[in-house]
Amino acid sequence: MSYLFAAYTIIWLLIASYVFVLGKRQKAAAKELSFMKEMLDD
Amino acid sequence: MDNKNSIFRFLIPSKGYNILFYLAIPIVIMALYLTFIWSPVERTMGEVQKIFYFHVGSAWNAFFAFFVVLVFSILYLVKRKRIYDIIAGVSAEIGVVFTAIVLATGPIWAHSAWNTWWTWEPRLTTTLILFFIYIAYIMIRNMEGEWQKKARLASVFGIIGFINVPIVFMAVRWWETNLHPVVLGDGNEQSGGGLEPSMLFTLLFTVATMTLVYFLFLRKGIYIEQLRLETSKLKAKWQEKEINREAS
Repeated sequence: MSYLFAAYTIIWLLIASYVFVLGKRQKAAAKELSFMKEMLDD
Repeated sequence: MDNKNSIFRFLIPSKGYNILFYLAIPIVIMALYLTFIWSPVERTMGEVQKIFYFHVGSAWNAFFAFFVVLVFSILYLVKRKRIYDIIAGVSAEIGVVFTAIVLATGPIWAHSAWNTWWTWEPRLTTTLILFFIYIAYIMIRNMEGEWQKKARLASVFGIIGFINVPIVFMAVRWWETNLHPVVLGDGNEQSGGGLEPSMLFTLLFTVATMTLVYFLFLRKGIYIEQLRLETSKLKAKWQEKEINREAS
C-alpha cells in the first residue's frame, strides 16, 4: 500500500509542479507583454 | 504567425480551452475512481499493480508527445512555419514530463515486483535514453542564437530522436528478458494480453484521461509561446522606434 501511495504522490506532484511552472510562465509572459504595450504607447 | 487557415488551428488556444479544462476535472476523478475502487485487486501483486494504470497512461502519452514532435518537426522543415516549431517544442517538454512520471513510478513498481529499484533491463534502459534524448532536444531549443537556426537543428534532432520510441516499445518483445510485462500483446504474435476486462477498461480510460491532460498542457504551452512571440515582436518595434527617435 505504501508503494501505491508513493507512486501516486509522485505522479500528482510532477503534474502539479508542471501546472505551477506553466502558470508562472504565463503570468510572466503576460506581464512582459503588457509592459511592452505600455512602453510602445508612451 | 498566420494560423487562421491552418488545419492545426484546433491546437491554438481559444475560449474553448476553459471548457476542455472543466471537462478534464470530472474525467480525472472518474479515472481515479476506476483505478482505486472499481478495478479489482490483482491476485499476485496486490494493490501495487494499480500503479500500472497511470504508469502506462503516462508512457503512452510520452510516446504520443514525441510522435507529435516528429510530425511537426517534419512539417517545420517542409513549410518553415513558426507555429509548427512551437508545437514540436511544447510537445517535447510535455513528453519529458510524462517520461519523468514513467521513470519515477517504474522503480517503485520494480521494487515491489523484483525487489530492486533499478535494473539495466532493455525497457528501462531505453526509456532512460529516451528521456535524455528529449532533455537534449530541449537544451538545443534553449541555446542562444537565431530562432530559425535553433528550430532547424531541433527539428532534425526531433526526427532522429524519435527512432528510440519504437525501440522502447519493442524492447520487451525483441530482447525477451521476461522481466517487464507485455501489456497489450503477448509474444511475437502480439495477441492476447491477459488483462481482465474491467482492468482493460480502466487502463484505456486512464490512457484517454492522460491524453486529455496532454492536450490541455499542449494548448497552454502554445498560448504561452504566442504571448512570448508577441512580446518579442513588440520589443523589436520598440527598439526601432528608439533608434528613429535618436536619429531625429
